[in-house]
Amino acid sequence: MLYWFRHKNYPDFWNQYRNHFIKKKSFDLDITRFIVFDTETTGLHIKNDRILSIGGISIISNTMDVSDSIELYLKQDTFNPETVEIHGILKDGNNIKINEKQAIIEFLEYIRDAVLIAHHASFDIAMINEILARQRLPKLKNKVLDTGVLFKKTELCHVNSKPYSLDELCAIFNIKKHDRHTASGDAYITGLIFLKILGELTSKKRITLKDLFYNRNRPGLL
Amino acid sequence: MKNTIAERIFDFLKDFPPFHLLTQEQLSNVSKNVKVVYLQKEKYVFKNNDEIHNHFYVVKDGAIGIFREEDNLLVDKCDEGDIFGLRALIRKGNYILSAKAIEESIIYSISSELLEKIITTNIEVNKFLLASFATNTRNPYSNENQGTLFGQIKKIQKNELNFTEIQSAQYSKNPITCTLDTTISEASILMTNKRIGSIVITKQDKPIGIITDKDLRTKIATGKFSIEDKVHKIMSFPVITYPENISIAEAQIAMLQNKITHLCITKDGTVNSKLTGILSEHDIVVIHGNNPSVLIKEVKRATKAETLRYIRNKAEQLIQGYINQHIPIFFISKVISSINDAIIQKAIALSLEEMDTPPPTTFGWLSLGSQGRKEQLLLTDQDNALVFENVPQKDYNRTKDYFISLSKKVTQKLNTVGFEFCPAKMMASNPRWCLSLQEWKNQFNNWITQPDQDKIMLCTIFFDYTLVYGNQELVNTMSDSIFKSINTYEIFLNFLGLNALKNPPPLSFFRNFLVEHSGRHKDQFDIKIRAIMPMVDAARLLVLSHNIKEYNSTILRFEKLTQIEPQNKDLFTSCINAFEILLTFRTQQGLLHKNSGRFIDLKSLSKADRLKLKGCFKSIKDIQDLIRIRFNLSQLL
Repeated sequence: MLYWFRHKNYPDFWNQYRNHFIKKKSFDLDITRFIVFDTETTGLHIKNDRILSIGGISIISNTMDVSDSIELYLKQDTFNPETVEIHGILKDGNNIKINEKQAIIEFLEYIRDAVLIAHHASFDIAMINEILARQRLPKLKNKVLDTGVLFKKTELCHVNSKPYSLDELCAIFNIKKHDRHTASGDAYITGLIFLKILGELTSKKRITLKDLFYNRNRPGLL
Repeated sequence: MKNTIAERIFDFLKDFPPFHLLTQEQLSNVSKNVKVVYLQKEKYVFKNNDEIHNHFYVVKDGAIGIFREEDNLLVDKCDEGDIFGLRALIRKGNYILSAKAIEESIIYSISSELLEKIITTNIEVNKFLLASFATNTRNPYSNENQGTLFGQIKKIQKNELNFTEIQSAQYSKNPITCTLDTTISEASILMTNKRIGSIVITKQDKPIGIITDKDLRTKIATGKFSIEDKVHKIMSFPVITYPENISIAEAQIAMLQNKITHLCITKDGTVNSKLTGILSEHDIVVIHGNNPSVLIKEVKRATKAETLRYIRNKAEQLIQGYINQHIPIFFISKVISSINDAIIQKAIALSLEEMDTPPPTTFGWLSLGSQGRKEQLLLTDQDNALVFENVPQKDYNRTKDYFISLSKKVTQKLNTVGFEFCPAKMMASNPRWCLSLQEWKNQFNNWITQPDQDKIMLCTIFFDYTLVYGNQELVNTMSDSIFKSINTYEIFLNFLGLNALKNPPPLSFFRNFLVEHSGRHKDQFDIKIRAIMPMVDAARLLVLSHNIKEYNSTILRFEKLTQIEPQNKDLFTSCINAFEILLTFRTQQGLLHKNSGRFIDLKSLSKADRLKLKGCFKSIKDIQDLIRIRFNLSQLL
């Protein structure tokens, strides 16, 4: 089996990333490393659009650690001028830019086996996986939580059927919207939302990581 | 690498002490290593006896309560920008208090190791943290500690250098001179009349020699020369001359080098040109102005209101200097009050000289309000009144007219000095406040026995009177009469009590801070009405209820109260501290903005200043509670 993987001849950074998943992980919320992240993209089309920037910050034991954060700006070949107005990242802006491959290397090295958190995570994860695919690599192996979904587990959520935007959650949780529409700013806000949701859930009952992954159709367990 | 989150944290921290003292690089490094902690309400950051963390904390949002575990007493409440958990810096032992979120909170946790590195290179931050660590662990009831904390901050700020030394010196531009054939006795009489310590002997307007007080002492009083001798026998010559634009430093050096106390100023700086002035050592001392006794002497020499104004401006610089040097405000107000008193006395004396006749009977000039309480540091409106001895009915009109016209002269002079006319005309020049002793007695009796809102207001101003000039006996009789009236009509004190509770203190700065809702000072905090007056009113009421009149200053009143009511000593002591802080604060604000310091723009306050004010409100609340209970005011409110 191992031989077969080697045979595929993946680059070292991927192997190192993959090695983090060999050991089984604890489900204790207090020691789990979470990474809240957000991507800013040229558009919403997963195949045609590209990631402009990635921002992320880690959470361990209810604490966001600024020293364990990431902020990447990617060089663009395709460039959609219409989205610049929203994100403020110009094609030749002032931030130091790296190419897609370098970005994914740094991102994987940073996230390791952390549980990834994003708001409407499926889109961000899909965008990352597209980069991996372009590098001929498999998909991300991390567990993923979506604050949009997690919120629906709380008693603060009254309408279960509709999707909640980041702005709506900010209003509900009374979070100031600094640096909205930058990847790092949104990641930070998402982090606060996650912490508040977690606080909301743990105040009712002692829970473990597992409980967070049960989907909302089985709310009886929470 | 760009770090948007760290930049945002940087922006937040840079406004709060001690982070505002860090260099950009230091703060940026701190910001990049912050940990952001979210706490639900009731969650502990640390508990009493926990081993100390490697971090201390800054509140970003919400509020953290610091509790004493034994009795769950809330020792301190930290909100936006407050630091807590500094015990981590000593790196040993356990926490002695607990910190708990009393609201949902976000706090920044900062590595104490990182800060330690900064402390070793940034001495100002070091001082601040030591001071605030010392206060964080103490009982908040003693506001003294808060005082020291902010005292430290003030020390940290740089004092701007005062380049008085390079200013050009101000000298007497109309030097008194005499000729070579004047007799010593004539010259001495001239010096005495002009109240000067030196006279220049000139020949065709050019300075030849000089005689000073010292020459008279060493050469005449010792009998070496006769007073009938000519001045040239004893004069010092040649004189040292300098041009008109001499700087203070030059003048000082010249005096030291030549061991003289007077320099002659001439047109071109040589002995061969016209004498235009004389610069004495005294002039230099006055310019340095760091000596209140010099100022008082100056007042006594003054012959014009304009001179008094100049002296009062000097006094203002004195206040600034004292505040910078952290001289206790009580001492400052004492010094300034005695200068003010001297100025008023001089204004009265000058006015009396201008009157055609001496006063028809004895009188007393009263300072009222803050000047009466000796709490007036900055120039504010003048409030004064005049009482004159009872005179027979037939002489009354003539007497009153005399004192009103005297008062008009005095108030006019005080206005020139800078004590502006009272807009409410509470001045001795107003016929209502220039009364005979009997009229004052009747007036006070009427206010006390038939109080209404206006009369109570007048009481609060007039009860704080101090005699500045004239007959003490009149004033003593007046005070006795007031207490007699109060004793026969005790409910008056309850009215006064109600008045004292009229302005409750704001309880918290950040959420319910009371600012003015309308008018020119909209959205500013009125420190006089909201904080200083409640203290003044409380002190006055309490001493009056103990039949004490001789104490007028709020601080002295509280001190007296600590003796009479030892059981309330802590409370009164905290009031004294709070009052001193408030007075200092108002004075600083006034000096800063060149106004009365009464209205404060909250946005302009530093975190430290806001905390400082906040600490004072607790004392106001406590003293008002005491009054409410003691005078049974709850049902009246």
